[in-house]
Amino acid sequence: MTEHDITLTVNGAEHDLTVEARTLLVHALRDELGYTGTNVGCESSLCGACTVRMDGEAVKSCTALAVQADGAEIRTVEDLGTRHDFHPIQEGFQEEHGLQCGYCTPGMMMTALDILEENPDPTREEIREGLEGNLCRCTGYQNIVNAVQNAAKEMQPAAVADGGESDDDPTPATDGGEEL
Amino acid sequence: MFPDGFDYYEASSVSEAIDLMAEHAGAETELLAGGHSLLPAMKSGLSSPDVLIDIGDVEALHGVTADGDTLGIGAMTTYSDFIGEDASEEHAPALYHAVRQVGDTQVRNRGTVGGNIAHADPASDLPGAALASDATIVVTGPDGERRVSADDFFFGMYATDIGPDELVTRVEVPSAADAVGAYAKKPSPSSGYAMVGVCVQATVDGGTVQSARVGANGVMDRGVRLEGVEDALAGASLDEATIDAAADRATEGLDTAMMMSDLQASAEFREQLVGTYTRRALERVLDRTPTPAAAD
Repeated sequence: MTEHDITLTVNGAEHDLTVEARTLLVHALRDELGYTGTNVGCESSLCGACTVRMDGEAVKSCTALAVQADGAEIRTVEDLGTRHDFHPIQEGFQEEHGLQCGYCTPGMMMTALDILEENPDPTREEIREGLEGNLCRCTGYQNIVNAVQNAAKEMQPAAVADGGESDDDPTPATDGGEEL
Repeated sequence: MFPDGFDYYEASSVSEAIDLMAEHAGAETELLAGGHSLLPAMKSGLSSPDVLIDIGDVEALHGVTADGDTLGIGAMTTYSDFIGEDASEEHAPALYHAVRQVGDTQVRNRGTVGGNIAHADPASDLPGAALASDATIVVTGPDGERRVSADDFFFGMYATDIGPDELVTRVEVPSAADAVGAYAKKPSPSSGYAMVGVCVQATVDGGTVQSARVGANGVMDRGVRLEGVEDALAGASLDEATIDAAADRATEGLDTAMMMSDLQASAEFREQLVGTYTRRALERVLDRTPTPAAAD
């Protein structure tokens, strides 16, 4: 069973650590480095509670080995904002009541960041499609979509002017014919 | 939900991966690509390899190239990177639409085209798309490259033509810039895998289907061509009547006694689903085909 010296840059801070080959990224982040904002949910790559950004892309940290992330830049929910200075996404979740128990929220917000960086003015359908890999068992998603829309407006005030509300956009974004 | 212990090696090139496989030939060895099938299997105890050889970062296995005749997809190209290339939708429309429906955002950011095809999960989205797009799988081993048609590649559940000392290095799709592609899938409500998924690539000229290839996932123990549907489409005018006739022939030639059957869908139910999702895929093809008047 091999052990490996790896370097993870988490929220800008470089960490050197030694991990077993089988250590999952989420456990390295939480147990080795103390970034406990990232939650462990289903542990089977379905629920998205453990979503972090790895080299700029949302990934499920329960489905990556820490050794695979050697040298990567990781961004976790701790990097979004502080209690007194929320990130617009956090503000959106607060304003729109985008959570109840809050367990899925760190993952939801990290995926939302991914969605908004790629598409600053998403339709509701595009937000739902982007959040497909994040499950919430409390809210029914309506308020989560509202929260991401709220954040989009906050982050891109110019986008609102040319018609941000596109609830009934008739263009299907993909072949995904099933309702999310 | 922890994987058993294993030894991990990272390959920086294809030849290093082949050497590592030879070196560990006596152990139970798995190649690690994006890890989105393998790691869940290891965490749930379904797979306990002694050695993992990580090929995910082999630079030469990343990226999409188009030379006009062929779209080449490096085996370690992630779904997201494939979708992000304009050439993918242009030259491989069927594969493009299937890849867009794999998993979810995070899964597509890690999972790879080659990993999916090499894994050969019959309920995955790409076997049928590889068949519909007439893909060639490039397999590399100690003796060099060999090229296997998708039609000859899938042997059964998780079983393919890849030898124990070989790996998939590239997927090649003949350019289908004048074709239309679609994928219609009924995902499992829990896993998102295809209970049934039907992938179509068709060339339509002046309202007439010149050629069509149709592949299905989730139906049999491997991705299969729907030959009755292909037959019904060839030379027919693409309209509702043809779609009805084609969907009626969806299971033609398939041994329905051997159809997949599980808690989520019995074989009988799948048999119906194949027809329904064939129809839905063909309706998307119809929607995406420029009308003869609009095409010049």
